[in-house]
Amino acid sequence: MDILVCVKRVPDPAGNEIQLNRAGNDIERDDLVYAVNEWDNYAVEEAIQIVDKAGGSVTVVSVGTDEDEEILRREMAMGAEKGVLLTDDAFNDADGYKTAAILSAYVGKNKFDLILTGAQADAGAGQVGGMMAAMLDLPYASLVNKIEVDSDTALTIGREIEGGNQEISSIELPCVLSIQTGINEPRYVSIRGIRKVASLEIPVFDAAGIGFSDSGVKMQRLEYFQPELGAGAEMLDGSDEEMADKVVELLKAKGGLK
Amino acid sequence: MSVQLSKEQLMIQKMARDFARKELAPLAAERDEKHLYPADSLKKMGELGLLGMLVSEKYGGEDMGTVAYALALSEIAAACASTAVIMSVHNSICCGSIEKFGTEEQKQEFLVPMAGGEFIGAFALTEPEAGSDAQALSCTAERDGDSYVLNGTKRFITSGQNGGVVLVLARTKPTGSDGITAFLVTHDMPGFKVDKVENKMGQCASDTVDLVFSNCKVPASRMLGKEGEGFTVAMSGLDAGRIGIAALSLGLGQAALDEAVKYAKQRKQFGQEIAKFQGLQWILADMAMDVEAARQLVLNAAAIKERGENCTMAASMAKCFASEMANRVTSQAIQIHGGYGYIKEYPVERFYRDARILTIYEGTNQIQRHVIARELLKAKGR
Repeated sequence: MDILVCVKRVPDPAGNEIQLNRAGNDIERDDLVYAVNEWDNYAVEEAIQIVDKAGGSVTVVSVGTDEDEEILRREMAMGAEKGVLLTDDAFNDADGYKTAAILSAYVGKNKFDLILTGAQADAGAGQVGGMMAAMLDLPYASLVNKIEVDSDTALTIGREIEGGNQEISSIELPCVLSIQTGINEPRYVSIRGIRKVASLEIPVFDAAGIGFSDSGVKMQRLEYFQPELGAGAEMLDGSDEEMADKVVELLKAKGGLK
Repeated sequence: MSVQLSKEQLMIQKMARDFARKELAPLAAERDEKHLYPADSLKKMGELGLLGMLVSEKYGGEDMGTVAYALALSEIAAACASTAVIMSVHNSICCGSIEKFGTEEQKQEFLVPMAGGEFIGAFALTEPEAGSDAQALSCTAERDGDSYVLNGTKRFITSGQNGGVVLVLARTKPTGSDGITAFLVTHDMPGFKVDKVENKMGQCASDTVDLVFSNCKVPASRMLGKEGEGFTVAMSGLDAGRIGIAALSLGLGQAALDEAVKYAKQRKQFGQEIAKFQGLQWILADMAMDVEAARQLVLNAAAIKERGENCTMAASMAKCFASEMANRVTSQAIQIHGGYGYIKEYPVERFYRDARILTIYEGTNQIQRHVIARELLKAKGR
């Protein structure tokens, strides 16, 4: 099975203190430490595990700039066979729709049996997988937390639904799935893996190379802000123990704890 | 000089940071408090290649060079100094000595599994009466047919209890540096036992023990190098060992600086973040300079070693400066934290205790200064 996993380089929550920028329409992006989007990492691990069992290949693709090459290489060090970088000035400031259109253009020039994305990335909109499926006219399932390969033409998949319940479905291949964290335990990159890929050339395609024609950005972020403290909200401070004691006290006072 | 890191080295640094952050940091305080050996983590580190970084590929290692090794070791130390010292002794001294002096059989039996992290190596040179004066060691090895009979006590041996093989230095002649021989001793040998387990100030998750040999029969096939070559074996690992401890110091200093910066930006006094007070900013600036200077010395020494040049002076300078930096910076990190820094809830308290041994083991800093001066004075020109 030939699997494509769409990955994105995002600010690493473990390595940064995230702050809003002065204009109030984005986070402060200077001096950030970046990492692969956590959901995408689960998707890559899942793809590697499927190929280990069923054979085939894993390709990782990212829309971005030269700097994004590092996460492709990282995912290749994990075990993805190929990496592809899609980069062009025309791709700048892509919203979810445009990102899906760019990735779909690349998929259109190639043949994949299964396309995986992370359930969401840093913007948190979770749009790309679903839109790609629509653009490519493929079946789609979101928030997938279990995959079993039934045959060359179908998968059994599990989805996490409301209230922690589990839904099991059958889906025809080729298809697009967005992957939820927890589906597996992503492996760490090993030194041996790094050595294999550190000096590999990663193919780069521009808009013309994938036959992408720009239809512009259709959605723009206007504002980014932290909601103001509303009435009825109380922020606790102090040590963990002090805050826990305070919560218990408040719950008792309001009748939530008897 | 400044060292330009390759793509591969940067990837290894990031990988080690990722692993240390997720696997070691959350467990470090508990392991320190309960003196728990990080066996599970070491197993994983072996699978990732972190325990055979300097071993050649032929023997299952990664042969990644000293710079990548120093980068990775720093990242491990930033999360858990105890795990880092085990890694340092294992990689720098034990694997290094076996690769350099071992027979093919010894390499297959010990080096190959060690490179994969199947077991950890320990290095037993120090004795109750032989510390900096290593040649004063009195542990004996007498030839008896195809074996040697070892008698004596080794002290302060890192991984002496939990390691799978101990590189033991013993006297085959009563005096002289050529009267010392190295042996690979395993715990299954009768007459070899782990005695006192030290209750230490810091680096508590790594075991530091007395090893006692009472008529312990070691087959001659377990001799590492030739008879009388033990002191050369011991000294051959020193440069790499010192770079290892220097890298460990760097990681610990960096971690203390990171914690201090984070805390200073969170903690409010007199109506503002304490990071806004110039008095504290100057402390942070001094800490950052100290860490950065150590980084340059560590990477410089590692790069010289990696190029195959004589790195003795650079390694001693890196070890001496970085270990003293770690003591200064961890101490200041507590100062920035105020009273909270003295409480075990914050990691800087552990960092401070972990840093204290750095100026003592792997050659005290007085010995390092002696080495630096010796190299300086014997140099013929500039």
